[in-house]
Amino acid sequence: MHTFEFVRPADSAAAVVTAAQAKTAQQGADVRFVAGGTTLLDLMKLNVETPARVIDINRLPLDKIEATADGGLKIGATVRNSDLAHYPTVERDYAVLSQALLAGASAQLRNMATTAGNLLQRTRCVYFRDTAMPCNKREPGTGCPAITGANRVLAILGTSEHCIATNPSDMCIAMAALEATIHVQGANGARAIPIGDFHLLPGSTPNRETVLEPGDLVTHVTLPPPVAGSRQLYLKLRDRTSYEFALASSAVVITVAGGRVTRARVALGGVGTKPWRSLEAEAALVGQPANQANFRNAAEAALRDAKPQSENAFKIELAKRCLTYALQLATA
Amino acid sequence: MQATDISLETTINLTVNGAPQAITVDVRTSLLDLLRERLHLSGTKKGCDHGQCGACTVHVNGRRVTSCLTLAVMHDGAEITTIEGLGTPDNLHPMQAAFVACDGYQCGYCTSGQIMSAVALLKEPCGPDDAAVKELMSGNICRCGAYANIVAAIQQVRKNT
Repeated sequence: MHTFEFVRPADSAAAVVTAAQAKTAQQGADVRFVAGGTTLLDLMKLNVETPARVIDINRLPLDKIEATADGGLKIGATVRNSDLAHYPTVERDYAVLSQALLAGASAQLRNMATTAGNLLQRTRCVYFRDTAMPCNKREPGTGCPAITGANRVLAILGTSEHCIATNPSDMCIAMAALEATIHVQGANGARAIPIGDFHLLPGSTPNRETVLEPGDLVTHVTLPPPVAGSRQLYLKLRDRTSYEFALASSAVVITVAGGRVTRARVALGGVGTKPWRSLEAEAALVGQPANQANFRNAAEAALRDAKPQSENAFKIELAKRCLTYALQLATA
Repeated sequence: MQATDISLETTINLTVNGAPQAITVDVRTSLLDLLRERLHLSGTKKGCDHGQCGACTVHVNGRRVTSCLTLAVMHDGAEITTIEGLGTPDNLHPMQAAFVACDGYQCGYCTSGQIMSAVALLKEPCGPDDAAVKELMSGNICRCGAYANIVAAIQQVRKNT
């Protein structure tokens, strides 16, 4: 591991000032915040991340979960995944989030990993993690060996000719279906970013994964008030029953009245280059009878633009069945 | 805005298995390397060094973590418990005794991590059946495949407490 300056800021403002000196907040950042460390330290040991400064935000007051004035929930950046998953309001009103968190990683890692860290979790693409290999995300312009290589677990939605890396998060998929908002304190003040606008498609700049700029500190995430009468479910399909990343997953928040779908929020994991909200599936569901045929139609709509890689065409049908079954289970 | 501490090396205070320690470390030192190389507590094992195998599991302020994926300097003021702090050969922790009784190991390399995870699990939300235990123990890999007996040992302790 390359050496670095370890910085313990007195407050969030000091953290932002130090981080604002960075050249970029994206891949190759010379300044990084550390919270749980489960992604960052892993990548620093691999020399994929080599920050000159690491800012420890664990002692900042960002570890609270609180009700918001409008009846929603405010989740601090350093709230641990395990604490969030078992928080009574989350278990009761945002069950899809609790389920997604508990479907991710291991009990030890969930005790360490944080809300903000999970938002910024990096891809598991083996070429990104191996500095002996080319990778447009790690070193722009070097190429993408995954496109002709080991791509069984990589993305089928949102890919480009430059990058097909999958976003690995479970938490973000649930947050996409819950329409979370990311709150950032930056060099020019605070701003709020809808989760759908937070992550970027790879396009020709796969090294840029989020809209974060130097100095930007994710301080908290807010969830809107729970939708009365909605059913929620996170369904994750993977090679092993536990402790494995998704091949395909679905987060659904759905309301059915008189046998018809009146509201639907759908997001897919394990298949996209970013947490994949499917407005197409939602449009296909709303107003229709809540039955198997319409669930399948929604799944067809969600995967209509899917582009298989050489080893992962199976993911298209897997993702369709995952969403169809998730909708069936949620409305049963 | 107040001043900010910056350092390449720093002195931290930890309580390890009940004993206060003040130790100066290179900031890159993982909690695992601090325990093994500086404090010579070699019961905690290094397997993958990437948080994937669970052999390095210890308790930080009573919660289980993989000590390889966290920096020692992040835990200034923390209470750390390792396998050496759990029991002694003459006075085993009930989980250690259950692993012996149930033959919950073969080569033993993963065992301290398994036991530290299992002891933490006793205080976590966990359903009564074996499937719930397996789910919450999935972060501890056993290359010998002693899983069935590990689950039996944990269930024996849960039944008796």
